[in-house]
Amino acid sequence: MSTDQNILVKLNDAGLQLNNKWLVKGVSLQVEKGKIVTLIGPNGSGKSTTAKIALGIYKKINGSVEKYTHKVGYVPQKISIDWTLPLRVNDFMVLTESLNKETIDEALSLTGVIHLKDKNLGDLSGGEFQRVLLARAISKKPELLVLDEPVQGVDFTGEIALYELIKKISDELSCGILLISHDLHTVMTATDHVVCLNGHVCCSGSPMDVAKNNEYKALFGEQASQILSRYEHKHDHIHTDEGEIKKN
Amino acid sequence: MFDDFFIRALVAGIGIAFVTGPLGCFVIWRRLSYFGDTLAHSALLGVTLAFTMEFNIALSVFIISSLIALILIQLQKKTNLPGDALLGLLAHSSLAVGLVVIGFLTFIRFDIMGLLFGDILAVSVDDLLIIWIGGALILLTLKFIWKPLFASTVNYELAEAEGLNPDRAKAIFTILMAAIIAISIKMVGLLLITGMLIIPAAMARNLSSSPQSMVIYSIVGGLLSVIIGLFTSLEFNTSSGPSIITAALLLFILSLFKIKQSIKLKN
Repeated sequence: MSTDQNILVKLNDAGLQLNNKWLVKGVSLQVEKGKIVTLIGPNGSGKSTTAKIALGIYKKINGSVEKYTHKVGYVPQKISIDWTLPLRVNDFMVLTESLNKETIDEALSLTGVIHLKDKNLGDLSGGEFQRVLLARAISKKPELLVLDEPVQGVDFTGEIALYELIKKISDELSCGILLISHDLHTVMTATDHVVCLNGHVCCSGSPMDVAKNNEYKALFGEQASQILSRYEHKHDHIHTDEGEIKKN
Repeated sequence: MFDDFFIRALVAGIGIAFVTGPLGCFVIWRRLSYFGDTLAHSALLGVTLAFTMEFNIALSVFIISSLIALILIQLQKKTNLPGDALLGLLAHSSLAVGLVVIGFLTFIRFDIMGLLFGDILAVSVDDLLIIWIGGALILLTLKFIWKPLFASTVNYELAEAEGLNPDRAKAIFTILMAAIIAISIKMVGLLLITGMLIIPAAMARNLSSSPQSMVIYSIVGGLLSVIIGLFTSLEFNTSSGPSIITAALLLFILSLFKIKQSIKLKN
């Protein structure tokens, strides 16, 4: 499997420890061309950390990351930009790669913010900025897209349209996508593979498999798995406050 | 043509302004003004070293400033002191050590005022060569690292995630800072070099809406400051450094009116 040419990034038992506390531990997953892998889990479960590990932002990690592409597009969950910089949307689009005007316009049109092209980045609303972030990430036609809650703050209709766009991009560019989302509906319909995190990998598999899983139910509540058949299995561990996993 | 000291000073100042323009923008964007100050203060030590070892001033200032930058990075890793305290510690102690060393070198006559505040009479033809060749090298290097440096200034994680190697760009930029201080010390003086970096760039920020336009305004502001400052210096027999910086300040004040206008337009 590891020599598979379709693999873009692969985490082998990867984890990150900060001040003697595990942020996330023992994550193994892989993103392949044309596939969408979604990370779900409660707040503080290590989703963003896992995404950053996959991107190679953290240097001192446990386990290993194998990255097979340099064409990466990233939409971070939080982005703090210092407004001492004069920066228009157009300048932001070419931040990490030089692009021609047509490519920029096309990407901004796809996410519906072409009219904001000459606006100052600091003057945008949260939802508008989110659309610009997504446009920037897709404009460079990456092989790997890492989207950390890409539609936060986007209005309801826009949210659906953007998820459709993400799915379309994955098909058209046949790029691999590592997606972090709280929208379980989207996760269940558009994703090829789900990884449920809670400081470690609780369960993973196809959306249906995961939804059947008891740990998933425990994390997201019975409602989230209403659509499923009753499949039961026993919890074999509990989580301590330090992020440790204890066997029962 | 370069026989006239004033022409030499003018050519030197113009060369410096071309380099401080873009570097100054990064100093503002990355909040490095006190870092620049610290490197500049340590330059005095470099100058004394140059005199004792009969060494080129620009080169020895460059070496000492780079060394101080390295020490700073090590101290940041090894102590729990905040960054500004470390900067203050290095700035003042290196300045003090430099002055003490000067006290011991009684056999050499130092023009301390010239060192601190710049001296247009001191610019030689050799200095012109250093400024223009060194300046061109600095600008070329900056152009080479522009993308990763700028991207990581906007957001470090984006730059790192998308494979731009921001750490290397940052390290190279530190060296460029030491280099600009080394080539401009004679002209502006070590106490005022940071002013030459920051004030034209600050003026440019008031006038610009994109990073590129800020760099251009910053260069233009620097050029005007040098030309106005040097003529004033000649006319009133003032030190060249303070004259240039005062001219830059006046341009900055003028640029404030532009902001006032645009705020009015917005409302």
